[in-house]
Amino acid sequence: MKKNIQLNPLVYTGKNPELWAIANEVVDPEIPVLTVVDLGIVRDIEKEGDSITVSITPTYSGCPAMDMIATDIKKIFQQKGFADVTVKTILSPAWTTDWMSDDAKERLRQFGISPPEHTTADKNALLGKSKTVKCPRCGSMHTEMISNFGSTACKALWKCLDCKEPFDYFKCI
Amino acid sequence: MSNDQSALLRFVLRLGDNSLILGHRLSEWCSNGPFLEEDIAMSNIALDYLGQARILYTYAGKVEGKGHEEDFFAYERREHEFTNSLLTEMKTPDFAFAVARQLYYSTFAWLLATELQKSKDETLAGYAGKAIKEFTYHLRHANDWTLRLGDGTEESHTRMQKAIDDLWMYTGDLFATVESDAELVKNGIIPDVAALKSKWNEMIADVLERATLKMPDANAWQMEGSRTGRHTEHLGYIIAELQYVTRAYPGNKW
Repeated sequence: MKKNIQLNPLVYTGKNPELWAIANEVVDPEIPVLTVVDLGIVRDIEKEGDSITVSITPTYSGCPAMDMIATDIKKIFQQKGFADVTVKTILSPAWTTDWMSDDAKERLRQFGISPPEHTTADKNALLGKSKTVKCPRCGSMHTEMISNFGSTACKALWKCLDCKEPFDYFKCI
Repeated sequence: MSNDQSALLRFVLRLGDNSLILGHRLSEWCSNGPFLEEDIAMSNIALDYLGQARILYTYAGKVEGKGHEEDFFAYERREHEFTNSLLTEMKTPDFAFAVARQLYYSTFAWLLATELQKSKDETLAGYAGKAIKEFTYHLRHANDWTLRLGDGTEESHTRMQKAIDDLWMYTGDLFATVESDAELVKNGIIPDVAALKSKWNEMIADVLERATLKMPDANAWQMEGSRTGRHTEHLGYIIAELQYVTRAYPGNKW
């Protein structure tokens, strides 16, 4: 796995870079090529004296990985010597795939998951119309959706009509 | 607790109970769907509702101010203390019923969340902004299935029409209000839920027409009572299953 040192420019607040770098070591339990910063799950990191507060936002309301992500974030900060760590969940602004950087999307594709193709400002994506999704294996645009719901809340199930392989598509929300 | 806080608590619990009970009913389709992808879809939607219930119950605990956490509201209240809409607790004898309920409920939830995003209550607005994205997917799923079954074979059409007709008498209860809602509406905390009905009717009529299904009679008798804790016989069985472990081993942790 490629060592990821660049902080996702779409979410990084510009403050406490050393703390963001620590958070950036935590990978998503389901998609280990992306860190929780790449995904835009980490929204803010504050330091007051010796205590650290990390604000995270859930991808989906019922995402079962959120508890594990919160535990992993706490653990990594404690390993780095910060004893007093609070992980706070915030709901607003609601998480969106627009916070995923191009670099993160490329790593997702290499992992075999087709990255979100549109921004949510594109109404067609929201209405599920005329979406073209590229096969992450052979690059063909000749694909079709099997189901809007896949192996995890954030993915849909597609298949490639050329190489005949089914694949996961990271839904635009 | 002030009157405003108790009105807010009542509304938040209504939403939380809707989410928990519908989530539970949807989870029953896991391994029982018509095919694997549908098992996964129904379980995914169930998970969204359970997640939303956790958000809403956690907030209810804060509004109530007695130190109760999310689990209290799910596991330690009795049947008549639940105020979920009657539609969410109904048993679904076949897949067409599950689709009809999803159509009725997702359309309602989508309309409500659209308005609730403007709430002056930050947590409710935040919740709605999050939930609307999930409801958009649920609604699309329900619309797709209504078209597929309604405009499918003779068998699927007949079953879908029966489900649409049989569940109709529980839809009015979705829009039920209680007296304490009025102040919340006035203060911009919640939308006027009853006012969502006409748009809901329009959206349902549009999908049913495209699915070659007949819209039930808008003036037919409607069963109500859920907002004051009066339920059908189905809720007790759900609560019994849901709360068995916490009742058998109170306070146990693992």
